[in-house]
Amino acid sequence: MVTSLDKVPDVGQGGSVVAGMVTPTEPAISARLRRRKRPVGAILGATWLVIVILAAVLAQALPLPKPAALGNTFAAMPSWDHWLGTDGLGRDVLSRIVFGARGSMAVAIGATSLALVIGVPLGMISGFFRGATDAGISLFVNFMLSFPPLIFLIAVVTALKPGILTLVVALALLGIPTFARVARANTIALADREFVTAARALGASPLRILRRELLANVMLPILSLALVVMATLVVAEGTLSFLGLGIPPPTPSWGGMLSAGRDSLRTHPLLVFVPALFFFLTVLAFNMLGDWARSRVGRSSSI
Amino acid sequence: MIKVRNPASAGGLSVATSGTPEVATDEVPGRQTDDRASSAQRVRRAKRWLAAVTRLVLLLFLVTVSTFGLLKLTPGSPIDAILPPDATPAQIASARAEFGLNQPLAVQYVHWLGHVLTGHLGDSYSTRQPVSGIIADAAPVSLEIATVALLTALLFSVPVAVWAAYRPGRLVDRVSNFVTSATLATPAFVLGVLIVFVFGVQLGWFPILGWVPFSENPVSHVEHLVLPVVTLALGECVLFTRLLKGDMMATLQQDHVLSARARGLPTWRILIKHALRQSSFSLVTVMGVVVGRLIGGTVLVEYIFSIPGMGSVVIRAVTSRDYIVIQAVVLLTALLYLAINTLVDLSYPLLDPRVRKGRAW
Amino acid sequence: MTLPDDGLAPFRENDHVGDHMTREVLQVENLRVWFHTPAGLVRAVDGVDLHLNQGETLGIVGESGSGKSVTARAIMKILPPNAEVLKGSRILFDGRDLAKVNPKKEKHLWGVDLAMIFQDPMTSLTPVMTVGRQLSETLRYHRKLDKAAAHVEAVDLLRRVGIPEPEKRYNDYPHNLSGGMRQRVTIALAISCSPKLLIADEPTTALDVTVQHQILNLLQSLQEKASMSMILVTHDLGVVAGRADHIAVMYAGRVIERAPTRQLFAHMRHPYTRALIDAIPRVTMPSQTRLAAIPGRPPVIIDPPPGCSFAARCPSAQARCLEETPKLESAPDSREHAAACFFPLGTAEGEQARQRNIEVGATAAGTAVMSGTAV
Repeated sequence: MVTSLDKVPDVGQGGSVVAGMVTPTEPAISARLRRRKRPVGAILGATWLVIVILAAVLAQALPLPKPAALGNTFAAMPSWDHWLGTDGLGRDVLSRIVFGARGSMAVAIGATSLALVIGVPLGMISGFFRGATDAGISLFVNFMLSFPPLIFLIAVVTALKPGILTLVVALALLGIPTFARVARANTIALADREFVTAARALGASPLRILRRELLANVMLPILSLALVVMATLVVAEGTLSFLGLGIPPPTPSWGGMLSAGRDSLRTHPLLVFVPALFFFLTVLAFNMLGDWARSRVGRSSSI
Repeated sequence: MIKVRNPASAGGLSVATSGTPEVATDEVPGRQTDDRASSAQRVRRAKRWLAAVTRLVLLLFLVTVSTFGLLKLTPGSPIDAILPPDATPAQIASARAEFGLNQPLAVQYVHWLGHVLTGHLGDSYSTRQPVSGIIADAAPVSLEIATVALLTALLFSVPVAVWAAYRPGRLVDRVSNFVTSATLATPAFVLGVLIVFVFGVQLGWFPILGWVPFSENPVSHVEHLVLPVVTLALGECVLFTRLLKGDMMATLQQDHVLSARARGLPTWRILIKHALRQSSFSLVTVMGVVVGRLIGGTVLVEYIFSIPGMGSVVIRAVTSRDYIVIQAVVLLTALLYLAINTLVDLSYPLLDPRVRKGRAW
Repeated sequence: MTLPDDGLAPFRENDHVGDHMTREVLQVENLRVWFHTPAGLVRAVDGVDLHLNQGETLGIVGESGSGKSVTARAIMKILPPNAEVLKGSRILFDGRDLAKVNPKKEKHLWGVDLAMIFQDPMTSLTPVMTVGRQLSETLRYHRKLDKAAAHVEAVDLLRRVGIPEPEKRYNDYPHNLSGGMRQRVTIALAISCSPKLLIADEPTTALDVTVQHQILNLLQSLQEKASMSMILVTHDLGVVAGRADHIAVMYAGRVIERAPTRQLFAHMRHPYTRALIDAIPRVTMPSQTRLAAIPGRPPVIIDPPPGCSFAARCPSAQARCLEETPKLESAPDSREHAAACFFPLGTAEGEQARQRNIEVGATAAGTAVMSGTAV
């Protein structure tokens, strides 16, 4: 009996619970900044994410050395040739970061979308029809939550062949319960409202009600949740890659770079700091955006 | 003189005179005295219990079936461990029969479950050692790290949160806010490597690799424990602090705290007995999720610090495709996780008097 | 609470005025409490003078926002951190200036000699501690009783406030009790160390009407037994009508009228007091009578404009009222009766002012006037 679909632990300003993993959220940069009308944190965060995603998408077109190209300067400090230096095999770090971003972003965005597309309908159906349907779906969702998150990922990655698609599936499975829960809670709350009763009285079929009346209202808090979920999945993918269970080499990944950098921690800590910084900034950016989105949507509608 | 009958006390008569205060007559204390009502309550409570137990049993079933299925989905089988590489088809067939691998899946599942319940988890594909032995060696290490980390996190976060809630905007609050913000955006494995760098490499205060059992050398054992525990505890500490501080701040706004202050009670007493006690329940509610994070975090930490615990076992098993070991670890951790979550759900009403006996506040 | 008849002359059965030696228990002088808020400096209490003799009851009456609760909390030193008690404020309790006393140094003053009960008993009791524990806690800390003695005393206190089966109730949590019982528990907590002064902040507002009466009676009887002084803070004139020796009416952070109860009701001077009394619905009125509400709302006092704070809603307002702030001045015939008004009721100037406004149809502030009450 893992926490039932209803009882999402509310960690208050502490954070949100995503698929059994808790992601505490970020307050804005400072109270002073927050008092100004413009959400500085969210804007900065969005800017960073846009840069990262653009770089990832346009990676091939950018004038970067190939990420797998072995050079002759090993573990070098940043220079005009290599803006972020090179790693132990002479590969350009910036290029590997950019190409690594492709993997991370693709997996995170892909998995979040997949989890959303599966989880939200599940949750809405569960919340709308209640009864046996609800019990069944709830059981299934609770089952997915019965596994500690990392162990779950390891199990799924083991069962399927290693690769990006496996990662997307595994991470999506991790995210489905979160979306399902929130969708269900919101649907239950909304199903009693007059506009739904009115639609029913007019003879609308359940599918129509779900699609036209409820979906739009449920999607608002779901989308703000999606940002937080994405941050969590970026971290999850990074963790798997770090452990060697994620994006398989030679494709660069931030987690893999971090893990490899450990070997030269004593001599060339930059190889660790660079991917660490990118993780930090990206997660921070997602969190700030997610916070801003939540504050716009309002707490009460997200749980 | 006025005689009044108090329906609440069992048939007692209360007498009000001009000298003594009038006894409360109109109010029935919150206890149920109607027998019919309480038996209906009991039936409802029994139904809830039954539903909860059924859910638990179903979940256990699903978890065990899925872990059983995990092994079936992956290449290889238990007989690979005992068969020589050049086995003849006849030998393979007889081994399969011996292991029951030619039986219908449902039967295999039951057999497997029976083995598991008696502690037989099979033999490792790569080392041929009994899996239960491997786990028995590794589990205590992981448990120790996780438990120490949890306790450390609580030990540190509770005072900080209480103080920050009591004196918001001051030094402790601002420092803790900054630290938590920075830590939150940093994934656990990044944190771990950074800690290794700062404390292990640069400062050299603590060893960054390996493990020394307590029996061998207590001091060294503790030294090896520090960095992994700190890495693991940091993440939970941040969560606890944020959560508890938020809850405490809300509690400190409530009237009963004001009332206690008006009574001149000492500050520490108010903070702990009147405020913390009430706010601590929010920590209990997240405990289940925290344990899940700890389990994952322990795997990470053992990888980073090369500690021979369950985490290392499972990662090694993945890289060497030792599926039977993976299955055992997944099964055991899932059962542990399920057990702890159930415990937390059960204990919550026992702890919080407002929720006790189904009475909502 | 509705008054039984025309409401202008309630009499206390046991009128204590003059019975005791006038030993002053509390004297508040020029109390000013200003709050630092993001919107500005809110002058919640802006120069309040009060006094109270031993064994007597002072009623502080006013609307929400008048500053009456803040005054009470200032005396009890439980103001929020953004509140500032301005220099020049004096709160003399038994001769000592509380404004200068540090609660951390004087640990057994508040809670012992000074006690307070709050409006909502559900929230003013700690929900996670049994009622008995909360009582024993105070007893053990202030009166240094040991565990067993505290338990006995706590049960006795519960009995004294009229809780049946006190032994059983000792182990109850606040949510196990009904509203009236909970308020009795808070009273027990307050009197547990025999306070000299008990402040009751809207003690009955959150309770059922039938229970209100009982609670007020309880307070009165406890007070009589112990010669305890009491301050009743309320918005309800009916509550203090029969139970206070003196009444101070507060508006916008100031005391605008102060008098012994009988005098206040019989010869009120401030138009606000008149309006408050007029607003009380009476049983004798014909049904469907419109409630004589006071138009407008009390001001939030940030940067107050000059003039009387009630001018915008006062049916007697004249030009002078918009320019000068009236001070609390004793009536010529009674030293104990003071009002802060340039045109008090019952005086020649007051009558003229009112007449002028009725003729014009509006006050100097522009509020429409019809036959004596602002519309």
